[in-house]
Amino acid sequence: MSALPKIHLANVRKSFGPKDVLTGIDLDVAAAESVVVIGGSGTGKSVLLKCVLGLLTADSGTIEVDGTDVTQLSANDRDDTNKKFGMLFQGGALFDSITVWENVAFGLIQGSGMTRADAKELSLETLGKVGLTKDVGELSPAELSGGMQKRVGLARAIAGSPEIVFFDEPTTGLDPIMADVINDLIVTCVKDKGITALSITHDMASARKIGDRIAMLYQGKLIWIGPADDVDHSGNAYVDQFVNGRADGPIHMELRR
Amino acid sequence: MNFLAVIGRVVLRFLEQLGRFTLFTVTAVSHCVRPPIFPCLIGRQMIDIGYYSLPVVGLTAIFSGMVLALQSYTGFARFNAESAVANVVVLSLTRELGPVLAGLMVAGRIGASMAAEIGTMRVTEQIDALTTLSTNPYKYLIAPRLIAGLLMLPLLVLVADIIGVFGGYIVGVYKLGFNPNVYLSNTIDFLEPLDVISGLVKAAVFGFIIALMGCYNGFNSKGGAQGVGSATTNAVVSSSILILVFNYMLTELFFSI
Repeated sequence: MSALPKIHLANVRKSFGPKDVLTGIDLDVAAAESVVVIGGSGTGKSVLLKCVLGLLTADSGTIEVDGTDVTQLSANDRDDTNKKFGMLFQGGALFDSITVWENVAFGLIQGSGMTRADAKELSLETLGKVGLTKDVGELSPAELSGGMQKRVGLARAIAGSPEIVFFDEPTTGLDPIMADVINDLIVTCVKDKGITALSITHDMASARKIGDRIAMLYQGKLIWIGPADDVDHSGNAYVDQFVNGRADGPIHMELRR
Repeated sequence: MNFLAVIGRVVLRFLEQLGRFTLFTVTAVSHCVRPPIFPCLIGRQMIDIGYYSLPVVGLTAIFSGMVLALQSYTGFARFNAESAVANVVVLSLTRELGPVLAGLMVAGRIGASMAAEIGTMRVTEQIDALTTLSTNPYKYLIAPRLIAGLLMLPLLVLVADIIGVFGGYIVGVYKLGFNPNVYLSNTIDFLEPLDVISGLVKAAVFGFIIALMGCYNGFNSKGGAQGVGSATTNAVVSSSILILVFNYMLTELFFSI
């Protein structure tokens, strides 16, 4: 790990009214490292990502990207910082009023000021990298299957050659084969290019495949962080229960009776 | 004590909403006047608001003009003041009915559509995606709609005024037996520039209100389909009420002696 982490979180807290979602997150992600945050539904994984992206404002704590505290940035500086980021949203979040290639080229045209012709060429090339043909580029997002939408979302996330990519539940809602295809694409597009990745998922197969390190979020804190290979023998009862998908254990689901 | 607490909570919630709305309006307006401006997006919204609203506004105007001529005639006949029909039709349309009816029709058509579109973008994370692609949602989504609303409603009302007067002319000449030349001269002779200008200024304000309420409610929608539905309803209801309130205030401003 290099001296300066690419992403540095220190004591990040976030509440919504009386509900404390993040109660002190500390995490360092090194350059070119892929960290996966696992945890049950509603534990604040998406909130954590959105705080780093600036979509939500953390109540307190430090969030640094390349050593710069991004919580203190002006709107313009925030836009510049966001150029370092790519994001694959859980539901794809593709713009349904424009075609697939325009979705992929969106950040290139609006964010980076590239000409439409150049952006189209690059977007079709990027679509090729995620296994989609040029014909698909002319379709509307509504005409695509869930797996294809994920691929387009991935293409859009990496089209601008970001330094950091966030993956929000990249395999949720996909069949096991398509999920593995997406995992492979993530590994190819991100890990092999040395991009820093921060992912959240509760799909353990995906976490093991795309993560160098895995961290588990529980009750607003990261209760375990370690190499992906160690997740199956972490020695942490919470992690063991989650990884093995057992109903019995220290994590209790609150059910109404 | 509980009663006082309830009142306090309601007041606090109202002030919070007011503050949020004010901040939204100030931010949105500041993005309307600061570069970069997106002419293509403004043009698309102008077509949507102006061109595609023409049929509904035109139909409303022609029947309003027709019924106004008929009602004025039957009423004024009691006082032998039938000759005032043309003046009443043109003054009523240009000062009041043109802008108010066009505003209400466009609020139903465009306000609802804006709230539904932006609301769907919010709940499907498309607005978050815009931010991650270094595109300010206010600049890209809100400002073009506000500018287009502000510019297109006066044009629509101008057309509505002409069509409405034409409707009155048809009833006046072909049903009530007015001399065509006399009807037209009565229409033009008593019309003053302020009558038309006040209507156009009202229309510009109404256009801004419709776009603002559509965007605000859509932008702040929560949840899923139900949230978008509520946002749409709120957009139409709030913009309709505000149109009527501002209509009185502007009339007071223009015509109070």
